[in-house]
Amino acid sequence: MAARVTSPESSRTSGILLALPALLWLGLFFLLPLLIVLVFSFLTRSQGGQVALPFTFAQYERVFDTFWVVMQRSINVAFVTTIICLIAGYPLAYFIVRRRSSFGKQFALFLVILPFWTNFLVRTYAWRVLLGREGLINSSLMGAGIITEPLELLNTEFAVMLGLVYGFLPFMVLPIYASLSRFDFRFIEAAQDLGANDWTAFWRVMLPITLPGVVAGCMLVFIPAIGTFVTSDLLGGTQGLMIGNLIHAQYSRSGNLPLGAALSVVMMLVVMAALFIYARFGREK
Amino acid sequence: MKEIKVELIDVVKEFPLQRGETTPVRAVNSLDLNIYDGEFFALLGPSGCGKTTTLRLIAGFEQPTSGQILIDGKPMQGIPSFYRPVNTVFQDYALFPHMSVLQNVMFGLQMDKVARKEAEKRAIEALEMVRLPNALNRKPRELSGGQQQRVALARAIVKRPKVLLLDEPLGALDLKLRREMQFELKTMQQDLGITFIFVTHDQEEALTMANRIGVMNNGDLLQVGRPEEIYETPATRFVADFIGETNFLTGKITSYDAEYGRIRLDNDTTITATLGDDNITIDQVVSVAIRPEKMTIAPYTDAPAPHSDLNSITGQVVQVVYIGTDTRYAVRIDKDTVVDIRVQNRANANGVSFKERDSVSLQWDKRSARILTQ
Repeated sequence: MAARVTSPESSRTSGILLALPALLWLGLFFLLPLLIVLVFSFLTRSQGGQVALPFTFAQYERVFDTFWVVMQRSINVAFVTTIICLIAGYPLAYFIVRRRSSFGKQFALFLVILPFWTNFLVRTYAWRVLLGREGLINSSLMGAGIITEPLELLNTEFAVMLGLVYGFLPFMVLPIYASLSRFDFRFIEAAQDLGANDWTAFWRVMLPITLPGVVAGCMLVFIPAIGTFVTSDLLGGTQGLMIGNLIHAQYSRSGNLPLGAALSVVMMLVVMAALFIYARFGREK
Repeated sequence: MKEIKVELIDVVKEFPLQRGETTPVRAVNSLDLNIYDGEFFALLGPSGCGKTTTLRLIAGFEQPTSGQILIDGKPMQGIPSFYRPVNTVFQDYALFPHMSVLQNVMFGLQMDKVARKEAEKRAIEALEMVRLPNALNRKPRELSGGQQQRVALARAIVKRPKVLLLDEPLGALDLKLRREMQFELKTMQQDLGITFIFVTHDQEEALTMANRIGVMNNGDLLQVGRPEEIYETPATRFVADFIGETNFLTGKITSYDAEYGRIRLDNDTTITATLGDDNITIDQVVSVAIRPEKMTIAPYTDAPAPHSDLNSITGQVVQVVYIGTDTRYAVRIDKDTVVDIRVQNRANANGVSFKERDSVSLQWDKRSARILTQ
């Protein structure tokens, strides 16, 4: 038929053609490097900092023996960071959604996003200034006579978590805000009408309905937090060494590419486990 | 007299000032109302009249600015909605989207710590009662509007509340389903013996379903009464106009006694009508309300009415509309006033019909016209 312009076959070909640039991009810059990392992780380090045969599980053994402490600490720090962001972020998102005027809402959202206007590195350095032995916090506390010795704030796990919560809170607030702004608050009235107090109405109705936003927010915080190396490097010192710093060190200073690759693969597996949870609970129902 | 179930005493609800408003909005104004046990009470009025706010005050979603609400004789001040012995069917049902039909209906029972098995049994009974027993595990979004309506109803009656509040529950349904549900709701209310307070803007719905109707406008409760009282003896012009169709004739009072008043209309005809109101003075300008179906239409005659109970007025037909069971005539009686008359098309009618520009006489009994001052 002359009127028929596209057949299923030709539309499929044109679909592939349209996707080709993206596919090439993904293949070249994502899949291929991923494959290289995977292969490297089973190789041995050679003399000149290069990789060499034979294939071995030695790197993975080291990851699980020597460096598992760091891996665990990373998971811990990322997990606690996510929980703190959630506990702080949900009420904040709720507060923003409940603003009556749209100006109030826009302004509050603007404040949430405002830190992004400054470079992340600069903001993290600012925390060093605040937390240091002679930093603002210590000198004010000592000036007020509350403490006599400066507190060890910098170069602790606490400092790393503080920096991470500070840096990633917006990533928690925004998806929860999106979920909450679609939430119909009459559901709360319906729950109360049926005998639920505020607390029960929250747990049984509001939280389950906004769960996709919560899970998305947790992913957006947990994934970058577990791989962080800037925050832990600047605020954690040796106390806050995370898996990201370790990988970074293997690729730059130590030049142990196979070990770096194996650490990366293990970290990716942890992230994939998190994404699996997201796929399971994060869908809009 | 049956016992009072819900009592509102001088209830006022003002909403705080919003931007651009100079006076606070009075959604409910000095409302006094008794609703009796087992009654089907309809709160009727146009949108924004305060009827939904009144319902929300009873449910506990809003707190009155002043005044008292009693349910079963107990003051409800400070008692949150979850402790009140009432349940609500919400306008758009507000079914929990993440729960199945069964879970939705069981929710209220679980809040009362009813054991799971027992709760399930009672939820299924409630769903059978609303004739939706086969959708237990479906999600609300998989149901039609009518089915969702039934779930909302089951969810509200499963706790056997003393009072069921219904906020325009049939508003989202199409006409046929609406009629069906009106009938079912009425039957269910009689079977359960629960007091229903039903908010609607649909006067026909209120008239067909309710034992008593309260008509509201601008936050005021204008009249409370049985459907026929509201229809036959409206207390104000607004009530007469809002419920059914009404012709208003304006004129001045020339004389009156305890029951009737004489009014000279603008076209100099004098008519007699019942007093709808005690506060009346000579020369006062009033409205006379007459329903279209209470008038008869006859060929023109300038003879006075055959007996003193009948009013007669002359005019010219300006429009004839045939609507099946009835024919409607629009008759101009003076330069500003056109009245509607409704005549049943009966098989044994004596074949008199009128066409446009015919001169006619309209007659009606003085008892079916009412003098309204406000």
